[in-house]
Amino acid sequence: MLLNIKNLKTHYRISDGVVKAVDGVSLSIGENEVFGLAGESGCGKSTLIRTIMRLTPDTAIVSADELTYNGQDLMPLSDREYRRDILWKKISLVPQSAMNSLNPVYRVGNQIAEAIRTHVDMSKSETRQRVEKLFKGVGLQPALAHNYPHEFSGGMRQRAMIAMSLALDPGLIIMDEPTTGLDVLVQERILRELKAIRKQSAASIFLITHDISVIAEMSDRIGIMYAGRIMEQADAMTVFHEPYHPYTLGLKNAFPSIKSLDRELISIPGSPPNLAEDIPGCVFAFRCPFAIDACKTQRPPDLEIKPNHFVHCIRTDHVEQFRKLAGEKKTWQSLK
Amino acid sequence: MKLRRIKEFGITQMRIILGNRFGIVGAAIIVFFCMVALLTPVIAPHQPWETLRDADTGRLAIMRPPSAQFPLGTTALGRDVLTQMIYATRTTVLIGLVSGLISILIGANIGLLSGYYGGRLDEIMMRFTDVIYGMPFLPFLIVLIALFGRSLWFVIIAICCIVWRTSARVIRAQTLSIKQRQFILAAKARGCSHFRIIYGHIMPNILPLLLLYTAFNIAWSVLAEAGASFLGFGDPDNLSWGGMLYNLWISGKIRSAWWWFAPPAVCIVLLVSALVFVSRAYEEVANPRLKQR
Repeated sequence: MLLNIKNLKTHYRISDGVVKAVDGVSLSIGENEVFGLAGESGCGKSTLIRTIMRLTPDTAIVSADELTYNGQDLMPLSDREYRRDILWKKISLVPQSAMNSLNPVYRVGNQIAEAIRTHVDMSKSETRQRVEKLFKGVGLQPALAHNYPHEFSGGMRQRAMIAMSLALDPGLIIMDEPTTGLDVLVQERILRELKAIRKQSAASIFLITHDISVIAEMSDRIGIMYAGRIMEQADAMTVFHEPYHPYTLGLKNAFPSIKSLDRELISIPGSPPNLAEDIPGCVFAFRCPFAIDACKTQRPPDLEIKPNHFVHCIRTDHVEQFRKLAGEKKTWQSLK
Repeated sequence: MKLRRIKEFGITQMRIILGNRFGIVGAAIIVFFCMVALLTPVIAPHQPWETLRDADTGRLAIMRPPSAQFPLGTTALGRDVLTQMIYATRTTVLIGLVSGLISILIGANIGLLSGYYGGRLDEIMMRFTDVIYGMPFLPFLIVLIALFGRSLWFVIIAICCIVWRTSARVIRAQTLSIKQRQFILAAKARGCSHFRIIYGHIMPNILPLLLLYTAFNIAWSVLAEAGASFLGFGDPDNLSWGGMLYNLWISGKIRSAWWWFAPPAVCIVLLVSALVFVSRAYEEVANPRLKQR
């Protein structure tokens, strides 16, 4: 496994207590694999990335039983070592809203060159060639490297950020909402580009988005995140066809399917819990139509139902019944 | 490569200043005074402390109004006002530039570091700035002079100690805003050091503001120096515009010798407004909405 995370917690200190933005996440990403992490806004996706990239603010308290990259333990590294040896060389990032991720006062090519020259000794002419090659790789004309970010369209900036993330051939590229804010046509082209990159390079991709369809199209494995925890984790097909967790079942309902257009969409009533509160049981219990008393008092384990299929639920043995009931609207409405 | 970038930077600055009518006027006045300051010994007709005589009668030329021999008249001690003006320009421009630049250097760094790091460092630096805000310029200068004597450098030090405070505050505020932008996070993810982020990514984004406050600080320094010298706290060996007004005041001729009074007074106003005009040209870059009015 390339990236191994066990029981990762990122808590933010606030004036009275802590906000458990990420609370015991375990996942692993294999080599040349696309891991898609889906979750609604505020569920801790971005905090998880920031923790992996060590970009959390000073108020964050990070702990983990295990955080390794290719067998190397990342926890004991100092910030300086992390910056020098891990960031960009091994793990690179395409940040959320890549549109605004380029410094407006520098030429785009120079910013990519900066990413390269911060980490490796490379002559100026070599760097320039490298930048041109990267630009070609993502379908941008090399001459555009001399332009400023404001002269680029949204899609072009996104491509430039992807080119930058590939600059040092990292083993893992984290993509935070790579298609958000782009129209569907550009989205489609960016996704095609990502697929092409996957074929060419050996890099794994950690794809984070709230857009289930993007995840479905791209990922080998999928994690469903909710309120700082991962609810269900399995390979892509399994999550969509044999989900176990009630939250995953609910999400499925809330998504239009191209096969049955007239089907009414059923949303999950309620809203995510306040993460500053101490929740002893399952974080989804308050919105779960199948919750029993035990759900509210005891934290569920990450149960491995089948090899590599983890479910964060104590009632997995009732799954057949859940699947049947979850498709009916009144099941969810009964909650109110 | 480096030279080309400096040249490019220079051209951009020229375009900003010259793109504004007031900017052109301001730049012209500043260039004029700088030329005078550079060429002082060449263009001055006499020595500043030389007692002169009328060419025709040979009598001491005391309190002569402007004439062909003395274009700006003479002082109560028979010294040429034009010569004194030229020498005083050198002192004033020197003090203005040196203390203006040093103070923006201090202010910018304190603002950038304070805004970027935040937390305790910010708290300490900003409370220190508050203390400086509570420090009045003249009493501070008087104490300095009482302790060490009258000198050009104490005036510069006193001005530098005071003037940086406003630029520090403003630059801190701007840094706070810029550091939250997405591209700073992206630069951090790229592995840029703090130094690189502060001076390579944040500073270029607040450059118009920085240059605006450089112009402000120079203007403030010129005014402060004039005030201090007028009250007699300037360097007695290096005549400045304020110093000339001080000499006029103690000679008791301030009501009659308009030719002695007008040149330094007009030049102080002219130079300070020129600096404000230039800073306005920068302000339009920093705040484009001003342009539309």
